[in-house]
Amino acid sequence: MTVTTQHTVSVTINGRPTDLAVSPNLSLLELLRTEAGAPEVKLGCGEGVCGTCTVLLDGEPVNACLVFAVQVDGCEITTVRGLAADGELHLLQQAFLDHAGSQCGFCTPGMILTAKWYLDRHPQADREELRRALAGNLCRCTGYTKILDAVEAYRDR
Amino acid sequence: MTVESPPVPARLPSGRTSPVPHRDFVEKVAGTLPYADDWGFPGMLHGVVVRARVPCARIAGIDVNAAKAVPGVRAVLTAADIPHNAISEEASGLGIDQIIQPVLAADQIRYDGEPVAAIAAETPGAALDAAALVEVDYDDADGVFDLDAALAEGAPSVHPGGNSYITWRSAIGDVDAAMARADHVIEETYQTPRVDHAYLEPESGVGWVDSDGVVTLRVSTQVIEHARQLADILQLPHSRVRVIAAYMGGGFGGKEDMTVEPYLAALVWKTRRPVRMVWERQDSLLARQKRHPFRMHYRTGVKDNGTIVAQDIKILGDAGAYPLLSSRVLFAGGVNSTGPYRCADARMESTAVFTNTVPTSAFRGFGAMQVVFGYESQMDLIAQRLGLTPVQVRERNFVNRGDIRVTGEPIDTEPGTRECMHRALEEMGELSEPTASGRVGRGFACSMQPYGRSMFFADRASAWIGLEQDGTMVIRAGVTDLGAGQAASLANIAGEILGVTVDRTSVHIGDSALTPLTGGTFATRQLYMSGNATVTVARGLRDKLAPVAADLLGCDESELEWANNLVGVAGDRARAVTMAQLSRTAEARDVMPYCHDTFHAETGEFDAETGRGRTYPDYTHGCHAVDVEVDEQTGQVRILKYVACHDVGRAIDMQRVEGQIQGAAAQGIGYAMSEEVEINDGIMSSTLFANYLIPTSLDLPDLQAIALELHLGKGPFGARGIGEPPIGPCAPALASAIQDAIGVRMRRLPMTPERILSAIHERDASPR
Repeated sequence: MTVTTQHTVSVTINGRPTDLAVSPNLSLLELLRTEAGAPEVKLGCGEGVCGTCTVLLDGEPVNACLVFAVQVDGCEITTVRGLAADGELHLLQQAFLDHAGSQCGFCTPGMILTAKWYLDRHPQADREELRRALAGNLCRCTGYTKILDAVEAYRDR
Repeated sequence: MTVESPPVPARLPSGRTSPVPHRDFVEKVAGTLPYADDWGFPGMLHGVVVRARVPCARIAGIDVNAAKAVPGVRAVLTAADIPHNAISEEASGLGIDQIIQPVLAADQIRYDGEPVAAIAAETPGAALDAAALVEVDYDDADGVFDLDAALAEGAPSVHPGGNSYITWRSAIGDVDAAMARADHVIEETYQTPRVDHAYLEPESGVGWVDSDGVVTLRVSTQVIEHARQLADILQLPHSRVRVIAAYMGGGFGGKEDMTVEPYLAALVWKTRRPVRMVWERQDSLLARQKRHPFRMHYRTGVKDNGTIVAQDIKILGDAGAYPLLSSRVLFAGGVNSTGPYRCADARMESTAVFTNTVPTSAFRGFGAMQVVFGYESQMDLIAQRLGLTPVQVRERNFVNRGDIRVTGEPIDTEPGTRECMHRALEEMGELSEPTASGRVGRGFACSMQPYGRSMFFADRASAWIGLEQDGTMVIRAGVTDLGAGQAASLANIAGEILGVTVDRTSVHIGDSALTPLTGGTFATRQLYMSGNATVTVARGLRDKLAPVAADLLGCDESELEWANNLVGVAGDRARAVTMAQLSRTAEARDVMPYCHDTFHAETGEFDAETGRGRTYPDYTHGCHAVDVEVDEQTGQVRILKYVACHDVGRAIDMQRVEGQIQGAAAQGIGYAMSEEVEINDGIMSSTLFANYLIPTSLDLPDLQAIALELHLGKGPFGARGIGEPPIGPCAPALASAIQDAIGVRMRRLPMTPERILSAIHERDASPR
């Protein structure tokens, strides 16, 4: 059913605070894509399996399709566009570019955020640990090998 | 008529990786590339498709009044609202296809998920609310849900005329006599699964009536030429429908047939408002077309020394409820069913069968990949029966250039299968160590898969190239980009000829109104087709500008060198002009710095009656080798090492070529091990990503890609197509490794732990 009651959420997206009026059944994914001008957050499955819609919520990765917009009141959200400063690619993004870790590119925003989050906490992670860390982000194009090459190259930068 | 491919230039780029990445890859890692659903209009409507959830029924009536009454609903369309309710494509290319698929079911439901209505509303919520209120009155009917049921005596017909839709037959020599003379006859049946493309970007797009009155769609599609079909559906002139292809979030053949397009177009035309449509993943899994499940019966006659003397192959492919591209898929399966092996006496029969299940159509490998599981499994069985090694049996039978195929045509480029096999096995080194208590085994499989469309389609592709006054370059070509770098490769190819770098090149692709048509991105044809078209126009432009450049430089045309955004005199660095100077001078002299031309593929005739003639322009060869560890307690298979080797002729961009090989191998491994669309009594049950299992990073080892540049193909600079071929060898290579590990041969895919365990139980129950 269409729900019309609106709630206001205050949220900081990529460092920019904003207030948005949302209906209680709106997902964080829809909020970001349609209300907050963040189409870089992609819908893959809508059931929390593929990891395509991964964003960092107060620094932790979540599937934005499984979070309600009203739950993020007062939170900080980082999307892949939040990594690049002043139009310069983040070194991890550059590593994906250099190592062809992106083909169709649809999984890339979520994949990069998960990899960034994991390496921030485990800067010495080896390839097998990285393989495990990325298991919640599906990619149908690359077979993951060049994604891992890219993430390792960033780790060893 | 045969048109020659452009001659191979004297200077071959070999394994080049463009130093400057093409813009689309930069945008992708930045997150700024606008995919089909990332772009739209303020105030656009939201469209949904209403689908039947019965597999076989007569429609007694549809009541849309309640749906229309939902606030915000602007249109509810049923079959009667579609001007020409037919999705039709003569897919065989030989005038054989006849059956029409409705855009919206009118009186009959033929599969679970078939569209019955389309709705547009002011909000997605209103559209979904209305969808739930569409009342369809179904009279259930008996359906046929698998090959056996469909082909049984007295089975209900999915369409008038019986369930056996189309049969291709080819034969050379005298198969029965040759089989009678064989020392051994190896006979086996193999089954492959119905699988989903599972690209991560759902089917999506936006449509509107543009200011010039043209119905315009910007969608995720592999084929902008569908604009013509859409115009026919809307009963508009072809000039009044335009399709723009956004960069795709994956396609793999699943966006080769239309997806959202006809529904979007009909809703736009009805409402005269912009409409957005995105299929939910669950709808995509439910009802978008899948890969054909094949049942393949192989009878192979061999001599004691392992030489194949006869092949008798019968293939059944489940087409689902509508033809789509089934005629072509079964054609590809049939004519490629003998693989890269000589056989003077061979016969194939390949039949598409209708069932009341989701239609099947194009998917990476397109019939030619299913049969790899058949012919490679046979090779291993021959080796086992005769006490030879799998390498020896293949060595004895590999095709050579000039050998005749089952269609009576020769192989006209040098096959690199043998070299790929040795290279892959050499790379594997020592057998891998087990990681736990499982048993380790090694297997490999070879393949030969076509690139380019069947030759009787007389394929062609056009392109436009030009220089701006500042010396930057523009390419226009109707090619669509699946994410494999289709646009980037055109910039690389043109740059190779005109010396303009990728960062100074803009490639405009995928617009049926504004870019010269190249045909869709499928059949591993774009490098061959739009690549060669780009070679043609780039050379055309160079030839046009050369006299101007030679005059400016005071040299002979033959001395010109085109590199690094300059035209200079070879061997004299001081004498050069910029492309900007050249472009401006040319224009001042009324030599317009652009060129438009068309590349024609090699063509050939095929006689469907006799099964003789020309099929594909060329093939890509390869071999995959793999070590597995099988846990005999659980049936779990762990892949320890994987090497995929293909002869790519020449690599335009080595990194991208490796990416194609790795990605196809991953998809082939999913097909072999875990993926299967589940249909029970006609009802689809695998409609979640949670139960349709594509490989994760944990399911795959590093996939080692080896792209050899051995024998020239027919693409630009001698390149061979690589988009599809690397998906074929995965399943038989894994089956071979599993057999090596635990002594059981899997004849049915996917090789799930359950199936492996039951094969182990059978092995242990049978007397030694």
